[in-house]
Amino acid sequence: MLSFGLILITSLFFTGIIGRTKSLMAGRKGPDVFQPIKNVLLLLRKGSVFSSTSGLITQLAPTISLATVLTAALLVPFNGQQAVISFSYDFVLFAYLLALGRFFMIIAALDAGSSFQGMGAARESLYSMLLEPAFFMILASFCLITHNSSFAGIFSSLGQMNTEFLLAAVLAIFVFVNIALVENSRLPVDDPKTHLELTMIHEVMVLDLCGFDLGLVQITSFLKFAIFGTLIANCVMPGFIPVIAQIAIYFAIQMLFAIVIGSVESFRARNRLNRNAQYILAVVAISLIAFVLTLFL
Amino acid sequence: MYKKIKNNGIIPIAEIPVLEYPAFADEVSHLLDSSACHCVNYYAVPFNNRLQYFCFIANDETNDICILSHQTENSPEVKLESLAKKHFALHIFEREIHENFGIQFDGHPWLKPVRYPFNRADKNQVPDNYPFYRIESEELHEVGVGPIHAGVIEPGHFRFICDGEKVLHLEIHLGYQHRGVEQLFIKKNSTLQRCILAESIAGDSVIGHSMAYAGLMESLSGKQANDRLSIERVVAMELERIAIHIGDTSALSTDVAYQFGQVVNEALRTLVINTTQLWCGNRFGKGLIRPFGTHYPIDAMLADKMLATLKDVGERYLQITDRIYNLTSVLDRFETVGEITRKQAEKIGAVGMAARTTGLKRDIRHSHPFAGYHHIAYEPVLLTTGDVLARGFLRKLEVEQSLDLVNKLLERIKLIDIPSEKPIFDLKLQPSQLGISLTEGWRGEICHSAVTNEQGEIIHYKVKDPSMHNWMALALAVRNQEISDFPICNKSFNLSYCGHDL
Repeated sequence: MLSFGLILITSLFFTGIIGRTKSLMAGRKGPDVFQPIKNVLLLLRKGSVFSSTSGLITQLAPTISLATVLTAALLVPFNGQQAVISFSYDFVLFAYLLALGRFFMIIAALDAGSSFQGMGAARESLYSMLLEPAFFMILASFCLITHNSSFAGIFSSLGQMNTEFLLAAVLAIFVFVNIALVENSRLPVDDPKTHLELTMIHEVMVLDLCGFDLGLVQITSFLKFAIFGTLIANCVMPGFIPVIAQIAIYFAIQMLFAIVIGSVESFRARNRLNRNAQYILAVVAISLIAFVLTLFL
Repeated sequence: MYKKIKNNGIIPIAEIPVLEYPAFADEVSHLLDSSACHCVNYYAVPFNNRLQYFCFIANDETNDICILSHQTENSPEVKLESLAKKHFALHIFEREIHENFGIQFDGHPWLKPVRYPFNRADKNQVPDNYPFYRIESEELHEVGVGPIHAGVIEPGHFRFICDGEKVLHLEIHLGYQHRGVEQLFIKKNSTLQRCILAESIAGDSVIGHSMAYAGLMESLSGKQANDRLSIERVVAMELERIAIHIGDTSALSTDVAYQFGQVVNEALRTLVINTTQLWCGNRFGKGLIRPFGTHYPIDAMLADKMLATLKDVGERYLQITDRIYNLTSVLDRFETVGEITRKQAEKIGAVGMAARTTGLKRDIRHSHPFAGYHHIAYEPVLLTTGDVLARGFLRKLEVEQSLDLVNKLLERIKLIDIPSEKPIFDLKLQPSQLGISLTEGWRGEICHSAVTNEQGEIIHYKVKDPSMHNWMALALAVRNQEISDFPICNKSFNLSYCGHDL
């Protein structure tokens, strides 16, 4: 239950910190770190307008997507603590809950009947398909290292591991960071700030959503960031310190993660769209290296 | 068979020989076969029941503008053999004549509406029934973008035919921004009103267009502006170029999500346009260019202030562009994207910086100097790759060149002791003349041309923005590119919608 609470709290400020970092890097003052969540609260008070070509799917998808991500958040443990739901191979459910949410967003994008959204849907499905092996490869390596098969088991024993597994952990963090970037459509794969429909991936899929539904989509995105941040924190969290200290470290890691994303986004350009597949395959390759390494450990 | 004049020259209409159409076509075709020549304008003027056509072909080597003419009846029944069949660059002029007067051009490859003027020949042609190029196919899909721009800048419709992510064909449909500029030039009798009109043709080429107008009025009145004024005009022209080029560098960075390049260049552009504001009270130079004089002479104190700001801008721009054009992630986005070849540029009659990135030396400042460019040894910068990188990098090189030029001229102005004159608005234009005025705006060649009647009143006014030619360059540049690269291709040309739509 602790992790679920932490994820909710993190999601309140995570995107705000990225935005603030980017503003500071640009020499601007920048908005409050809680501005994104304030915007969402504003959206939630508004009604929705649906295009006449869209049907039931468009209206359901944001809710389903949020529900899947919330359920997935229930599966994420906090270091030694048990998650709300925990069983053997629960990470498979975790991955496919996220995939289910994405699937609904993709068919909702197709439902809107716009050529932009169709392109966005095609891109999103390609990238998530390519990315899927990376997640499983990393989790499989963790299973091998720890001889555990659930999130809770993996992370509780990972904290006690000796330094031999440091290399695997570093690779895992790299992969998790990249999964988080692709899942949340950040640089270098996507550019959340762009106004150019033709270059968008995630943003273009929700082009037809507004008001309450758009608010839900944004909450979903905040939660996803927090979930992956939690997984990353779990990889490096020492297991032998008191819970209060762990929570402090947890928040420090989350903020660092957000600041790193903000800094990277300030000083590089985004990938050319046809290089994205290569980029994601490189992430998969690194996860494969992590997996092979663990076989020899 | 034809008359030659210089830029900012005038000629009595009676002196221009009127050819039979076949002879006209032969002459035009013969002239355009030479790579030194390109057509700067071709339009028709209604005289009573007849249409007189004037074609202006600029020779970049001899610095002449050849004027050819022919006549037909003013009736939609008239059929002419299209010149665009052989010289594609003329397609836009023939389309315009067809749209305005209904003249048929046999064998024209693309006789579609240009901008829907209110007095067009066929009122049934409206934006809603524009005949888009189509491909019937199960595999290909169409993507329509606009007419509302995502950044809500100006309206234009882009229709892509794509194979997956790859663009096979792009058709650009404009005309949403038509305001009747050319008609207003005839209707407004006051020189000042026309000045303001010229400044409003394209918001980013205020100085380019108003200078073309001022040059035309000066030559039609038969006098020249003094040396001091012509030097100040060069400074104005180059300041506009510097500001827009820096702004475009910022916009290119934005489109590839390179925040650092974006914000630094935004700040630098502000410094430059604020310098223009310090000079004339308007950041875009409105009110600065007036016939025969200026309300805002540059004195030594102003010159020193401008020099100090521009020195700072120059240093910082050098640093940031060094960074941008050495950053792998940016180069990956720019290099080999949106290429146009020199051959394509020649064929479509590309002008200005878009042409210069393909190695085509088209620069009015060099080939047909106006204002103070007569006194400056100026050599255009050329690049050859014709991709987005070249268009970005050419901007950097041109900014450096322009800053250098402005510095020299401001130093020179401090020493000039010719008194500055006030503008003259009470102009007596010479009767029955044809005048043409070319300037090199930051985007490329701007052409204003006017015809006066026996009383010395303007009866026909033609404006040609460089965008008229260069939109076709964009359509070619995105062929076989990723559709997601369209925005940077578009931004690298940064063409004007309202300049095209008038």
